Amino acid sequence: MTERPTGHTNTNSNLERVLAAGEFAVCGELGPPRSADAEVIADHARHFHGYVDAVNITDNQTAIVRMSSIAAGALLREVGLEPVIQMTCRDRNRLAQQADLLGAAAMGLNTLLCLSGDHQVFGDEDTARNVYDIDSMHLLQMVRKMRDDRQFMSGTDLEGAEPRFFVGAAANPFADPFEFRVVRLAKKVAAGAEFIQTQAVYDVDRFARWMEAARDMGLHEKVSIMAGLVPPKSAGALRYMKNNVSGMRIPEELIRRMSGAQDPKEEGIQITVEIIQQVREIEGVRGVHIMPIMWESALPEIVSRAGLTPRPDLS
Amino acid sequence: MIVAERKAISDILQMIEGAGRVLVVGCGTCVTVCLAGGEKEVAVCASLLRLQNQGEDRDLTVAEATIERQCEWEFVRELDELVADCDAIVSLACGAGVQTLAAQFEDTPVFPGLNTQFIGIPEEQGVWTEHCLACGECVLDKTGGICPIARCAKTILNGPCGGSQDGKCEINPETDCAWQLIFDRLKRLGRLHMLEEIEPPKNWSHSSDGGPRKVKREDMIL
Repeated sequence: MTERPTGHTNTNSNLERVLAAGEFAVCGELGPPRSADAEVIADHARHFHGYVDAVNITDNQTAIVRMSSIAAGALLREVGLEPVIQMTCRDRNRLAQQADLLGAAAMGLNTLLCLSGDHQVFGDEDTARNVYDIDSMHLLQMVRKMRDDRQFMSGTDLEGAEPRFFVGAAANPFADPFEFRVVRLAKKVAAGAEFIQTQAVYDVDRFARWMEAARDMGLHEKVSIMAGLVPPKSAGALRYMKNNVSGMRIPEELIRRMSGAQDPKEEGIQITVEIIQQVREIEGVRGVHIMPIMWESALPEIVSRAGLTPRPDLS
Repeated sequence: MIVAERKAISDILQMIEGAGRVLVVGCGTCVTVCLAGGEKEVAVCASLLRLQNQGEDRDLTVAEATIERQCEWEFVRELDELVADCDAIVSLACGAGVQTLAAQFEDTPVFPGLNTQFIGIPEEQGVWTEHCLACGECVLDKTGGICPIARCAKTILNGPCGGSQDGKCEINPETDCAWQLIFDRLKRLGRLHMLEEIEPPKNWSHSSDGGPRKVKREDMIL
């Protein structure tokens, strides 16, 4: 199934082990609470046990203050799940980012997703100053430099253990300009991305065309591409995403199918399973990243029905 | 040019509370062109202050003056006599003009009548857009003459981000995606290959992050 050398890993990341073993990987996603309540993490996480290889922990997603992704990730690890720590460039400059990378690694976190971050105008702290000292491309380079060269971004040497992250980036095949999207993916790979998680796939045709362009550049052999999925709960939810979430493409046909469904939740699960089966057929897709926004309970059913259980135990 | 907008008259009245004789000073350069602080706007602002003050108990007289440039000493000094006669100055200039007046007239309070917005250009009649952030290290040679520092909401050097759709920025459907513009321009120029290289992190020490900046031209210093 894979043309990548199997078995070789650089880190203790379970996601890296699963991908290196040539398995079709499954990630979940969890948004930390808007409180200091540690129990919420364990409560939401219970749906993920046995169904995912790792769980993304968002970093002030949609620019709304939440428990930090690193703290929530450490709590998730305590209950036996591997977090994929998301880190954006919106809220921290390179000093704070590097400090947090050291701290996260010291706490045993080892999988990282580097993002630009949603602009703060989308959240409730829209009078905030943003940072964007570096962009997601630079963040990837910085993480790799700390890991592989044992140097800070400034070029100064680390004075001890280096943070060893399996490092990933996001890609949006549905944003514009389409013909540049794969070039930007190539830049992220050159910057050091080892895995890619995409924006939610509803328009499978467009996703397939993007994958084709990625294959033409040989990128599918250099990076593990995971297709993003957001299980739709209702036609209204799809319409909301179509109109309000930038960089999303949702076919009208899908919205009609959801609005015609007698049991929209069941239909949403079914649609998600179908999309998983479709993207799995596309050469170079090496996993899925399921983002059940406020609907974690749907994840076990989706993963089981898609035939992705049991998850490999490679620890 | 530097683009500015006038503050609300009620805000200006609040600033000058207690002052009996106020001098409103316009600037003949950028803010005249962007219709915020030229001779005409000074007249309008002064009239509004007088009008809104009617019916109040206080006595308020408002004088008007507009000089060529509020950010140059030689022009600012022309105001010496008028300032000697007033209790407060309202400057309809950019922040640099306000501060030049404040430095020149140490014993008279100087208040900003404008909100300085940005370095920009007129888009159409009555519409101006930001084009330069004065970052201190111009990158326009690499971006087809379109600035991602000033015109990308995330100041991304390796855009466009995933929020670019139909040529627009995710933060506002009225805002063009700077990186779409850069892409289109470089494509037109046959230089798209320039976007294949990763542009390294910016050295922000040349911008305001490095502290207040100073330009010294040794060859010009007397």
